[in-house]
Amino acid sequence: MSPGKFAQQDPVKRSMLLTALYVAQEQYGYLSPEAIQRVAERLGMSPLDVYQAASFYSMYKTKPMGRYVLQVCEGLSCHLAEGGDKLVDYLQKKLGIKVGETTRDGLFTLLTVQCLASCGTSPAMRVNDTLYENLTPDRVDLILQELRGGR
Amino acid sequence: MFEPILLRRVTLPRSDSIDVYLANGGYRALEKALHEFKPEELIDLVRKSGLRGRGGAGFPAGLKWGFMPKEDVQKYLCVNTDEGEPGTFKDRVLVERDPHSVIEGAIIAAYAVRATRAFVYIRGEFFLGVKSWIKAIADAYQRGFLGKNILGSGFNLDLTVHRGAGAYICGEETAMLDSLEGKRGEPRLKPPYPAQVGYLGKPTLVHNVETLANVPHIVLNGAEWYASIGTPRSTGPKIFCVSGHVFRRGVYELPLGTPLRTIIYDYAGGVPHNKRIKAVIPGGASTPFLTAEQLDVPMDFESLAAAGSALGTGAIVVLNEDTCMVDVARRTARFFAHESCGKCTPCRVGSQRILQVLEDIEAGRGRPGDVERLHDLCEGIAGHTFCPFGDALVAPIRSSLKLFADEYQYHIRHGKCAVAA
Repeated sequence: MSPGKFAQQDPVKRSMLLTALYVAQEQYGYLSPEAIQRVAERLGMSPLDVYQAASFYSMYKTKPMGRYVLQVCEGLSCHLAEGGDKLVDYLQKKLGIKVGETTRDGLFTLLTVQCLASCGTSPAMRVNDTLYENLTPDRVDLILQELRGGR
Repeated sequence: MFEPILLRRVTLPRSDSIDVYLANGGYRALEKALHEFKPEELIDLVRKSGLRGRGGAGFPAGLKWGFMPKEDVQKYLCVNTDEGEPGTFKDRVLVERDPHSVIEGAIIAAYAVRATRAFVYIRGEFFLGVKSWIKAIADAYQRGFLGKNILGSGFNLDLTVHRGAGAYICGEETAMLDSLEGKRGEPRLKPPYPAQVGYLGKPTLVHNVETLANVPHIVLNGAEWYASIGTPRSTGPKIFCVSGHVFRRGVYELPLGTPLRTIIYDYAGGVPHNKRIKAVIPGGASTPFLTAEQLDVPMDFESLAAAGSALGTGAIVVLNEDTCMVDVARRTARFFAHESCGKCTPCRVGSQRILQVLEDIEAGRGRPGDVERLHDLCEGIAGHTFCPFGDALVAPIRSSLKLFADEYQYHIRHGKCAVAA
């Protein structure tokens, strides 16, 4: 569905901004200047207004991401279950990148995320729209292997 | 053994489906509410039940409903699914495994305050929950529980899903309203409260997922039945989330007032390797720590306040004797520094400074006077911020400094941790 179609459904167009940004991010891969411009036009806002709001939220990306975005939960309960920083360190070594970076082949971006509400099943990591819980280094290896095979 | 009320369906196969919900007594409360109650009578019922908000603040739900104006103006209901308090995973269980119980509660609440438009505001990170909500709402429409003339009552209600996009502060109700309006999710000044000036300036009732899930049971079984569960001032069942150093992490539904020790040892199975408990976070990352001497505290609003902490979201994080409390404080500070919305200076700058000092101590770069510096920073934030976030950030830090002062001193003096050494 295009952002414009959402805009017609709501009493106030601007209320659809968060949804429109998701749609634009999906279509453009990230919130590029063109994507921001298009959302602004559709919702009758200035690009600056759109950018100002978008930049508040950590899930909107203003630069290109890898095909698989690994989001490691750095919550306390993940840390207590040997995840969090340890998992981040493991993935940094494994992928040869730091948090916030993307592998050269464009396959993986490594990010941290606040509590994923997996405290009862920690450590947890989100990869695109899949949630992985009760992680161990072995399982992480398997997940990376699967993702590499699935490209 | 307490027979679960809110979680009684979640272990059934396909518990998220409307058919399973209907086969297990679902939407009977809605039928009863719409046909046997006037809206004011429902408000009265919920007030008598003693139900208090389960999102952290514990505000009486009936009172909140009563604040909504009676005039015939556009009113809104907002289902707060922005569960983001570290340690908390109860709303997620309800939304993913029993979404209709929340929808039913939401429709009844909307009817009671005469709101005809409702929103689910769900954390952007909860993509499973988003799917679950969308499916459940579509099914509820199809069966006539949402839309026009619900169950022939003449009451109309539309319910749609809005995704947040990664901002803890949007769990604060006025920040959520701004986010719903497509703005930066920064808190508004209160008063006016959302019941007067809410979404698009119209009266809005905002409720946590778990709070709403209680409503159908109150309608079906009565206020007296509900008030007989728990303690006189903290009534009803509560979903406790237990994580950290315990054998069986998970959600446990028990009456408010259940002793912390019972939850940790009888339900969560105690601490692995026979370790002793050093500290417990009783209600999520923003609640002050309890020590091993306080394990007999009843888990209700009043008892925890008396113990110097808070019930919060009921998210219990158990920390064993090997835990470095400076490290825990640093991680907590990191969370709050990351999530400070930046609107006001004491919080924006103060949270970063606290984190910096804690990081220095943790990395062996602590200096004499750091503890006093942390106290000063807390002093500068507490009560001086725009919204309760500042107090939420200061509470665990202050309690950590007070209860585990020797650990801080050891870190500063020796440049390393006493526990990890």
